[in-house]
Amino acid sequence: MKALLTCLFALWLVVPALAVLPDEVLSDPALEARARDISSQLRCLVCQNESIDESNADLAREIRLIVRERLVAGNTDQEVMQFLVDRYGEYVLLRPVFAPHTIMLWGAPPLVLLIGGVAIAVAVRRRQSSADPAPLTPDEQRVLDDLDSAGT
Amino acid sequence: MAIELGHFALILAFAIATASAMLGLWAWRQGDRVGLMLRQGALLQFLLVAAAFAALIQAFVVSDFSLAIAWQHSHSAQPLLFKITSVWGNHEGSMVLWILILVGMGAAVAMFGSNLPRDLLALVLGAQSLLVAAFTGFTLFTSNPFARLSPVPFEGQELNPILQDVGLAVHPPLLYAGYVGFSVCFSFAIAALISGRIDAAWARWVRPWTLVSWVFLTLGIAMGSYWAYYELGWGGWWFWDPVENASFMPWLAATALLHSALVMEKRNALKIWTIFLAIITFSLSLLGTFMVRSGVLTSVHTFASDPTRGLVILALLAAFIGGAFALFAFRASALRAGGLFAPISREGALILNNLFLATATAAVLTGTLYPILLEALTGRTISVGAPFFTLTFGAIMAPLLIVLPFGPFLAWKRGDLIAVTQRLAGAAGATIFVTILVFALSGASVSLAPVGLLLGFWVGFGAIAELIDKAGFGRMSLGLSLRRLAGLPRTAFSTALAHFGVGVSVIGIVAATAWQAELVTTMQVGESREIGGYTVTLDDVSERQGENFGAETARFTVTTPGGGLRMLAPERRLYPASQTPTTEAAIETYGLSQLYLQLGESNPDGSHVIRAWFKPYVTLIWLGAVLMAGAGVLSLTDRRLRIGAPRPAARTAPAE
Repeated sequence: MKALLTCLFALWLVVPALAVLPDEVLSDPALEARARDISSQLRCLVCQNESIDESNADLAREIRLIVRERLVAGNTDQEVMQFLVDRYGEYVLLRPVFAPHTIMLWGAPPLVLLIGGVAIAVAVRRRQSSADPAPLTPDEQRVLDDLDSAGT
Repeated sequence: MAIELGHFALILAFAIATASAMLGLWAWRQGDRVGLMLRQGALLQFLLVAAAFAALIQAFVVSDFSLAIAWQHSHSAQPLLFKITSVWGNHEGSMVLWILILVGMGAAVAMFGSNLPRDLLALVLGAQSLLVAAFTGFTLFTSNPFARLSPVPFEGQELNPILQDVGLAVHPPLLYAGYVGFSVCFSFAIAALISGRIDAAWARWVRPWTLVSWVFLTLGIAMGSYWAYYELGWGGWWFWDPVENASFMPWLAATALLHSALVMEKRNALKIWTIFLAIITFSLSLLGTFMVRSGVLTSVHTFASDPTRGLVILALLAAFIGGAFALFAFRASALRAGGLFAPISREGALILNNLFLATATAAVLTGTLYPILLEALTGRTISVGAPFFTLTFGAIMAPLLIVLPFGPFLAWKRGDLIAVTQRLAGAAGATIFVTILVFALSGASVSLAPVGLLLGFWVGFGAIAELIDKAGFGRMSLGLSLRRLAGLPRTAFSTALAHFGVGVSVIGIVAATAWQAELVTTMQVGESREIGGYTVTLDDVSERQGENFGAETARFTVTTPGGGLRMLAPERRLYPASQTPTTEAAIETYGLSQLYLQLGESNPDGSHVIRAWFKPYVTLIWLGAVLMAGAGVLSLTDRRLRIGAPRPAARTAPAE
């Protein structure tokens, strides 16, 4: 049993590391905070919908190291992002850029809100105008007058 | 033998459902005569599918690997609980669970629906049976769970170890109960559209089904979120993953439906919109169950792995969703608009709620589907992840949360905004005071945290203010107010409780995000680290053999700021049958906050990678959801709205 366990644990060596490792962490806390912030907005390209900050894939580690390298070299957040987009394509960005091909993505929620708001406004206005009762027809007025005179 | 009997039972259920669907949808005008047959048919469908499901469970429990799905997804060394949950830890088996709940809902309608008008009952059961027939057919013809293997394999492959958790026993059944429960609302909507008759009584009949499903879905999502939190090992609780979004969209739509049905029930207005929402909610539930499964959501490419199944799913979705909307477009004009109201009124507030919830649903839907559509149409690949969703969703939710407390204060038909603002002044003062206090004491640096906290406290205090106001505290003697409070209808409490729950969740989300402390480090045995005021000491790391896994266990002593001692033992496991490693985080709850420890890999020098998080008030996130679900249950128990209660109203309801 002991031998089996040892075998099992040997297997672990090939299991990739999980998320940010201690040796990656920058000594400057401000820079590290920026690195974490950037990492959370970058996709791990080989994973299913994970940011490189959460992923344990080797590629994610590689990108995390690049991000820190660029930051240490004095790049701004935008420059780091741009560097990675140039290298890996816009697929790496978890928040897509605002551009012609993403106009419907960014535009859909405001559009729904606008259309819904207008539809509600129109419906309310129509209801209010239809809520004003039509004046009585002469026949109705006569019936009412009869009732009034009968009551008194 | 039992497996063949189960298979036969499912085929029989399919046949009965097909017959019931035809009977109900064609002969509904003879409701009196077909009603009894349909009700018996619904009960029979339930018994037969339950038998089929029992056959599957039996095969998994005795590890009968001649059953193909048992061989693929189970292993004889798995603990009994996980043998059972393996039944729905795969596509075919989970379809049977899904159908079981679907026929269960149908049977419940048949049992409790005796007060429904006969023709409406016939239509509802007919529509429900059509769903059963379609999805049972899909299961039988494209994903048969009863397929056998020959020769029989000696041992099974195992259930994905990440799924070997109590979470799998609770999460899918809850979620499915939520998804599938909306099928009843859908069937009621179809029935209303076909018969062209809809009134406040309709909203009353649909109400319990919406509420029950909503409660299940709320709990299912919260449970799933907590499961991901403790199992995936990095302490995240919501990832805006397509699969999560798929469950969140029906929840948003259903929340809108709950509110619009309220207007319909009380004021006989918003009828067409409510029908529309009922259809949308179930359509999104179908999308949630099946888009994920067809593989379309995760990637366009896995879709090709099983083209027949994926195409059948898409065809079914198109048929039901498209059919329902076609019916809606064709018949909605036959439904007449109801009660009148001013823009500033309870109705107006509920419409605003619906506008924002509908926009939020649309935002999540576009964010989830846009990358797939864009790639299919132009070949460009983009990612839409958490940063997009938090931005758009947050921007839509903020105004909703601001206006939320006003809603319950406004009167039906015509409200007085100025008077309501005055009555909410206390809540506003408390909100600002507490938020400033919190920041004075803690000093968080996250830029949007104050806004988030303000919103959370505002919604929470607003809910309390509503109860105080309704009971008349401060305006009359204390005793009288208390008596008034006790005399308030349960629905008043459930409204306040649900809204309070929203506030609690918001506060939890903001606090856990803004004040989280994180530590990524290497530790030797005997070393200590400090996080969030807690001292964590690594006592030892040892190996142990579990039932079907090997584990490396780290033992920590945690010293709390108050001096208390706790033992925590996170693990890394390896499941040899599938060669899958997992991490088992150790979580200790202190008050409402949690300390989260995770054991990473070991280094050549014998040290271990340790990740630790201190997550202040993180439990509020799920506690808020539980409060919301509790509010739903409370509302269900309101005597006035119990399923049998509206009988007299139902009889006299005018047929429009």
